[in-house]
Amino acid sequence: MTTAVTSYPSRWRAPSIFGSPGRRLAFWALVAAYLVWSLSTLNVDTARILAGLPRAWTILERMVPPDFSRWELLLTGMVESVQIAIAATIIGAVLSIPIGIAASANLSPRPLYLLARAFIVTGRTFHEVIIAIFFVKLFGFGPVAGLLTLAFSSAIFLGKMLAEDIENMKPGPVEAIRATGASFGQTFFYAVVPQVLVKTLGVLIYRLDSNLRHSTVIGIVGAGGIGQTLSASFSRYDFDFASAILLTIAAMVAFGEWFSDWARRRLR
Amino acid sequence: MSAVSGAAAGGAPLLAVAGLAKVYPTGKKALGGVDVVIDRPQLVAVIGSSGAGKSTFIRCINRLVEPTAGSVRLNGEEIVALDRKGLRAARRRIGMIFQEYNLVERLSVMQNVLSGRLGYTGLLASLRYRFPPEDIQAAFALLDRVGLDGYHNQRADALSGGQRQRVGIARALMQRPELLLLDEPTASLDPKTSRQIMRLVRELVAERQTPAIINIHDVALARAHADRIIGMKDGLIVFDAEASALTDAALTRIYGEEDWSTPQDEDDEAPAAPTVATAQVDALS
Amino acid sequence: MTAHQLPQDRAPMRRYPDHWERYSLRERVVHWIWLGGIALAAAWSVSALDIEWAFFADAHEQAADLIERMWPPRWSYLPRIVQPLIETLHIATLGTMIAIVFALPVAFLAARNTTYNQATWLLGRAMLVMSRSINTVIWGLLFVAIFGPGPVAGICAVAARSIGFIAKLVAEAIEEVDAGQIEAAESTGASTLQVYGVAILPQILPVLIGTSIYRWDINVRESSVLGFVGAGGIGLLLYASINQFAWSQAIVILIAILGIVIISEALSAYVRSRIV
Repeated sequence: MTTAVTSYPSRWRAPSIFGSPGRRLAFWALVAAYLVWSLSTLNVDTARILAGLPRAWTILERMVPPDFSRWELLLTGMVESVQIAIAATIIGAVLSIPIGIAASANLSPRPLYLLARAFIVTGRTFHEVIIAIFFVKLFGFGPVAGLLTLAFSSAIFLGKMLAEDIENMKPGPVEAIRATGASFGQTFFYAVVPQVLVKTLGVLIYRLDSNLRHSTVIGIVGAGGIGQTLSASFSRYDFDFASAILLTIAAMVAFGEWFSDWARRRLR
Repeated sequence: MSAVSGAAAGGAPLLAVAGLAKVYPTGKKALGGVDVVIDRPQLVAVIGSSGAGKSTFIRCINRLVEPTAGSVRLNGEEIVALDRKGLRAARRRIGMIFQEYNLVERLSVMQNVLSGRLGYTGLLASLRYRFPPEDIQAAFALLDRVGLDGYHNQRADALSGGQRQRVGIARALMQRPELLLLDEPTASLDPKTSRQIMRLVRELVAERQTPAIINIHDVALARAHADRIIGMKDGLIVFDAEASALTDAALTRIYGEEDWSTPQDEDDEAPAAPTVATAQVDALS
Repeated sequence: MTAHQLPQDRAPMRRYPDHWERYSLRERVVHWIWLGGIALAAAWSVSALDIEWAFFADAHEQAADLIERMWPPRWSYLPRIVQPLIETLHIATLGTMIAIVFALPVAFLAARNTTYNQATWLLGRAMLVMSRSINTVIWGLLFVAIFGPGPVAGICAVAARSIGFIAKLVAEAIEEVDAGQIEAAESTGASTLQVYGVAILPQILPVLIGTSIYRWDINVRESSVLGFVGAGGIGLLLYASINQFAWSQAIVILIAILGIVIISEALSAYVRSRIV
């Protein structure tokens, strides 16, 4: 209703995620300060980096074309990786069931629950390669160490996911089955399993896929699979063979991802 | 079919609840000493406002909620004192029907009905769905009786609310129970289906000579179908008599001041009751 | 199915079947084939790994021996690992920062609605697949060959793996961007880059930030092992300690790694919950 001439501001700045210009400035100052600090403490050798650039080109040149002539060695390594992944997924799945039940707040008694959760947190923290090196020390070089590594980390991952599914299920059917006089085991198989099965199978397939990825890397500490072959080819400056291995790994991982997506979509 | 063998136990009443009390760990006093005796097969409706302790009361009978004090005797056997194994055996004798049906949705109707026999079946046999032929026969007969003939291979999540509740009733009756507990069985159903379910329950109580305790919000429905009405308020029983004796004065005692004489409309759509007590039941215990 | 349809006058002695199977014969055969297939896969996998079962016989003794030698941890070693721990965090942080810078253009290339043509889309997708399918540690091997051992190789390795991770999620976000806003910006006559900046970037910014922070905490975990291939960080000392059988030293490092990984995970979860 005001008819008086209002004066509109002529300056306007887009609102930013930082809230105010001051906070935005502070953010970038912080980033800059961090860069200065980190780069100075890392004592980055600029000369070596500059020397590395032409070397990168040489390595790239030697990687092309990839050398598939030693395909038998490549195939043996890949097959071993796949075997490690499959066996580890199955063993891990079996072990994950007690872990998952123990780590569900609604099924397991409090002390056991806390113990299982602590176990999961600790186990998840360590990278597969760290776990692998321990199994290598215990069981010697070779695929057994790799198998146990991935079985261990799969059991923890699958156990954690299972526990979350169990905690999120509907309590009603559990109550109803218990009210019929069913035992714990019967209640578990009649009221819990049907509710979590499909989701758990999906997670299992996902884990098979990620075990396939991990199985290519644990060989670096001697735990079998294609990673061992790859690591050796790098240390021998066998870059054309290394690129052949890398391409094969990429192809297999891409296939694994596609397969896992396809299989999970098929689960109703 | 169902043997009401209770009379054999020296004429003990079918169900005798004495001084039943429950205080939740939060300090909330849900039941403050309840005494109920049921001495013949009858349909007993428990009414009262939300939070009056109805749900806690029936869950304390089969110890889905552990009572803090008191005694529950089913045909003379004390249930409150039982150990785990004894409790399981006692639960087999008590069928329970829930507001949200609590069917296992991914399982078929038949699997849900047969789960009523779990208490009588070993773990391995029940995993392979190896139930005795007479159980299978009884399950088919029950499905027919509750009006779901031919539905046995449908998945439970494909059924309507009323159909699911019929499966829930069949599952409870599979136990050949000596007592039926019904926790708001009609609260999630439309008025017409509610009446059909109540009629079915009343018929079954008469056919099988099994007493039933039913928590219900809908006073009109309770009046129409129950033989006896128990009114609860603040965890105590404030009314317990024949359904016909439920006067406006009694309703005021149970629910508080309100003009009860205003005629209600046909279907008496009671407002959906918040399931306070259900939420307090943890999946553990 | 309603109650009044109930047949009240049915024959009194109807015979009900006393046999019922949960699955049809065909379904059961399919189940058995699946189970058999899984069992075969397991058998093939385990048998071909020619496992020396004898190793398992004394494994528990070995493990007990290991724990005995780990305890008590040599806490005096702690000051020596502070600098490598900081280096580990720097590798993760700097690597993530570089990845953000490169991931943005890659994401625009790999999103169907912002790429230029089929060829650039394929290029973007190829970069995604390449980056994602090679593990950080393997990227580490490659960059150690290029730059020699040290944190620079680690930073590059972390960045190389993270570009694909961040770009994939951001590309998905770009493809789900509200098309109306793009049209509106285009209709004002804005150039392509202006459209990207005004209409798309603000919408995907939360995804970009959330994904980057999430990736950062994964990267902290990854950079703890980059030292195994010589790419800097705490892993170098851990590897050396284990190879020298200095177990009481190794346990100190493990506890330190446990600490920083849990803290960074909690920090990342907290920041993400504040932003999203």
